[in-house]
Amino acid sequence: MSRDNNLLLTVDSLHKSYGNEIVLKGVSFELKRGETKVIIGPSGTGKTTLLRCINGLTKPDRGRIWLDGIEITDPKINMDSIRQNIGMVFQNFNLFTHLTALDNVRIGLIKVKKMPKKIATEIAMNMLEKVGLAEKAHFYPAQLSGGQQQRVSIARALAMDPKLILFDEPTSALDPELIGEVLQVMKNLAESGMTMLVVSHEMGFARSVCDEIIFLEGGVIVEQGPPEVMFNCPQNPRTREFLFKISELYGE
Amino acid sequence: MSIIDKVILIWTSLPPLARGALVTLELTILLLGMGLVVGIFLALGQVYGSYPVSLFITCYERFFRSIPALVLLFLFFFGSSYFGFSLSPFLSAVLALGFRSSAYQSQIFRGAIQSIDEGQMMAARTLGMSKFQAIWNIILPQAFRLAIPPWSNEYSSVLKDTSLAYAVGVIELVREGRYIIVRTFEPMLIYIIVAIIYFFFTYAGNFILGFIEGKIAVPGYERKLGRRMGGSVER
Repeated sequence: MSRDNNLLLTVDSLHKSYGNEIVLKGVSFELKRGETKVIIGPSGTGKTTLLRCINGLTKPDRGRIWLDGIEITDPKINMDSIRQNIGMVFQNFNLFTHLTALDNVRIGLIKVKKMPKKIATEIAMNMLEKVGLAEKAHFYPAQLSGGQQQRVSIARALAMDPKLILFDEPTSALDPELIGEVLQVMKNLAESGMTMLVVSHEMGFARSVCDEIIFLEGGVIVEQGPPEVMFNCPQNPRTREFLFKISELYGE
Repeated sequence: MSIIDKVILIWTSLPPLARGALVTLELTILLLGMGLVVGIFLALGQVYGSYPVSLFITCYERFFRSIPALVLLFLFFFGSSYFGFSLSPFLSAVLALGFRSSAYQSQIFRGAIQSIDEGQMMAARTLGMSKFQAIWNIILPQAFRLAIPPWSNEYSSVLKDTSLAYAVGVIELVREGRYIIVRTFEPMLIYIIVAIIYFFFTYAGNFILGFIEGKIAVPGYERKLGRRMGGSVER
């Protein structure tokens, strides 16, 4: 493997199957520091499985993954400590329902990073400020709108100061008028230099923010490239067809 | 028996009945506490444990839920001497009914744990928490809230089941009542007082649990969970 210092994530020929169903059939790609890549593809093509393999929630059958020069598919590695470096934002937010927004954001700092409560609170409030929700710090998830919940969950991921944040269809569960606020937060993040891997069909976001689009279908990468190329002159007819469909569906 | 005599009888039976009521309460607290601790471990083992662990727990839970409380009590009380040691009536009542309650409580907590969305565990692991940290910080606090209504049912039945300890000679509320009846031949009057004391304990306990449920309810969730201040709860 090349040891490009700028390289943050390397995924090398990842295979994964559940029973007889083969989900990933050799997926390889790289992510440089500060890059944002968007993964698109029909449902059931292993996008979520790919993200889960990267943060170790699922073990791949074959293939290797490096994060910042450390092989995280090494069976001897302590995945709990690796996961601190990989944020994850879920489709259904998955905020801890019994905790306030503030507690959601600082619990990782207190329980995992063992920070004193005062410092953890300071960091958590900064993060809530960043996503524009400082005044909602003492609200519980059930008292927040979907868009606000998703912004809190982004703040929760950010608070751990991760090297990489994975987004698993972060806007798919949101009402149309709430999508904008979440995309804006993600856009700011990408522009501030966070490294992001985003599964999403928000083409507007992909077009304006990301460095590269990865089109995943049937467990393999059909095509990848910068958004201009992918939108304007895709090489593969399948890419063209799919992009046309979702552009029609989601708008620009 | 004149009214005056009855009043005097009630007055003089109150101290022994109060002593008995204290023993009943003591039994209830010990049983529930033991059942709670053991029950939570069983529930966690059943949900998160390996196959042999959860199989063992399932057998344990079936065993203690399938045998009548009175028979369990006799098995522990007489069984102990059979195996060459002797349990006091009080201790055998605590163990027999405590293990039994743990089996029931394990099912209460298993249901509560399993009804929590798996995304909660995933999100906790994603932050870098170990499985144990995730269970302790995220899953159990939520499960406890869900478990209070069925748990208050368990409280009510365990409280009343302590009267079975009478059968192995524990001097609890019913037996104290019996002692008075044997002396005075006034079963109706005494049993009514005993009944009122049980009723009071059940009602007060459920009131406290309902109060706790309301206190720790997560804002925004009240309507979903339902607040039942002081009511006994069937669900």
